[in-house]
Amino acid sequence: MKRRKVIAAAFAAAAMIVAAACGGDDAAEEVTEETEAATEETTAPAEDYSMVKAAVVYITTPGDLGWSYMHDLGIAYMEEQLGIEVTRLELIPEGAEATAVYDKLARDGYNLILGTSFGYMDPMLEVAAKYPDVCFQHASGYKTADNMGNYFGAMEEARYLSGIAAGAASASGKLGYVAAFPIPEVLRGINAFTLGARSVNPKATVQVAWTSTWYDPAKEKEAAESLLATGADVLGMHQDSSATGEAAKAAGAKWVGYNSDVRAADFPDTWLTGPVWNWGPHYVKLGKDVAAGICDNSPYYGTMADGMITLGTFGSSVSQETQDLIAEKAAAIIDGSLLPFTGPIKDNEGKEQIAAGASAALGDLLGQSYLVEGVIGSAKG
Amino acid sequence: MNSNIWLLTFADAISIATTLILASLGAIITERSGVINLGVEGMLLMGAVTGFIVADGTGNLWLALFAAVVVGVVLSAIHAALTVGLRANQIVSGLAMVIFGTGLSQFIGKPIEGDPLPVIIRPLELGWLSDLPFVGPVVFGHDVFTYLTWVAAGGASFYMHRTRPGLLLRATGDAPATVDAQGGSVAHIRWVHTMVGGALMTLAGAWYMFARAAAWNQAATTNGIGWIALALVVFASWRPLRAIGGAVLFGFSLQVPFTLQAQQISVLPPTIVAMFPYLITLAVLVLLSTPRARRLLGAPKMLGQPFVRDER
Repeated sequence: MKRRKVIAAAFAAAAMIVAAACGGDDAAEEVTEETEAATEETTAPAEDYSMVKAAVVYITTPGDLGWSYMHDLGIAYMEEQLGIEVTRLELIPEGAEATAVYDKLARDGYNLILGTSFGYMDPMLEVAAKYPDVCFQHASGYKTADNMGNYFGAMEEARYLSGIAAGAASASGKLGYVAAFPIPEVLRGINAFTLGARSVNPKATVQVAWTSTWYDPAKEKEAAESLLATGADVLGMHQDSSATGEAAKAAGAKWVGYNSDVRAADFPDTWLTGPVWNWGPHYVKLGKDVAAGICDNSPYYGTMADGMITLGTFGSSVSQETQDLIAEKAAAIIDGSLLPFTGPIKDNEGKEQIAAGASAALGDLLGQSYLVEGVIGSAKG
Repeated sequence: MNSNIWLLTFADAISIATTLILASLGAIITERSGVINLGVEGMLLMGAVTGFIVADGTGNLWLALFAAVVVGVVLSAIHAALTVGLRANQIVSGLAMVIFGTGLSQFIGKPIEGDPLPVIIRPLELGWLSDLPFVGPVVFGHDVFTYLTWVAAGGASFYMHRTRPGLLLRATGDAPATVDAQGGSVAHIRWVHTMVGGALMTLAGAWYMFARAAAWNQAATTNGIGWIALALVVFASWRPLRAIGGAVLFGFSLQVPFTLQAQQISVLPPTIVAMFPYLITLAVLVLLSTPRARRLLGAPKMLGQPFVRDER
């Protein structure tokens, strides 16, 4: 009897090991192999950047067709431009596990380490202090060190424009917004969207549903459905999946995407437009910096003017008139004559946040902690 | 509009309960034979990912559900081989199934990440029944599988309490030695019911994929519903029909955080409300770990105990 039990225990242990291996390492290896194949095909660049050993850490996977997907396009662009190959790590949770991952990357000799989720900020900061010769670059945060920079972009510009499309498309004036977490980045996005919508539809309201997740299609879909049930006929969203679009499509409502517009074609009648990231050029710059022995630790905030932020393609239901209006506003944003956060702006509790004629400084925008008038929901989640 | 969102909440609670009923029905059938399979979460994920991949390749929902059932039978056969055949610790093997199912589903689900659903299970159109106020959307607004699940729960209840094989099943969970002495095969009964139970669990996962989820999203797809289904078994004191009521209750608590947000009701932060089903699950699982509480709740008496004739 005893012996059989030992065999059984060994079986169970083996099953667990196989499962663990399938979940993590295999996936990572597969990605590396793909990138190897890709780099061999590209033409050799004029300069040699082979001393740049870069690694990027994603919170989800490029398969989300959203946030990580767009970063991955940027990384692929960087590989092509610099003729290097970048190691990608996917599905790394924020917190202690991230610290271990960054520590390992630094020990393994990477000299440019990129992290693309807000919660990687403190882990990266902690590890950066231990490895002064390694350049760390963090997306979406606010802390820096001698060898750690950050980069992000004025998504609020494109959010404002997408809000115009949403406001113009709504018959009921009731808009909904599926939102991840009540942090400044998300609040800023909701606010810009609302300001854009109310610039063409002054009575429009935007109801917010918080999901407490960046990437959970089932939950996002349920949140979207709850908004549609309250009468919203256009949805915006700040999530990594297109579940909001699925819910809107099923209900015959319109929606505004985010991150990328690759799925626009899947929603021929309901897609309006979506604010889109373009990370590639900045990644190329960071790589070239490291080759030149520089670790740029100044915060970088990309804009529509420098091309990091764009507005995606328009759906068929967006009228030519609206498209022209948005093109006009986009031009004004790019030349600096239109700043979406220009007063008077009140929050949704009636308190004046930006005085008439004033416009919010970048520092204030990055720390925005209120929701503007017209938003139904709490800025505390 | 206010009544509208509460309607949706009730309707969604009943809809989401379909997965919970199917999965806990699978667990009840398994556990009644004396085998505990903690791997429900892993089985749900494997069912979901298998269903998605097969539907993606064939465009046929029925083939997809069938494939999910086959995977459920195979996975639970592994569990049965370890625990019934080799008499390994059922808890350890069950937990291994969770990790195995989660890891393997992530691995084989990689290429379909974020893809649109190949097929969608839609609610039935029941004519005037669907147009009834309140009852229409809440009771008659579901897909065919929701109703089949109710029938299945009734069938399982009849089988367990009104038929001879059902009596043998219950006896195997309570007093396997007696079944053995009467010439029944404890191992055979445990094997069969573990595999049938496993098939129901993966079917629950596949249904959830096509009816509730918007895309395949690795381990987060099922959101811990498998664990809730396990707690539901205890909640229902191992009776299939009681699982329906419990499932709707759990379904409601999964759904209500968004409703409270949309209704501007802020008694508690939605994040706290969203924790409730999992808190209840935790409490129930802790309860389940003591033999005395298990007996009080009506658990099969030899649940989790391998049957060994010569050690009787």
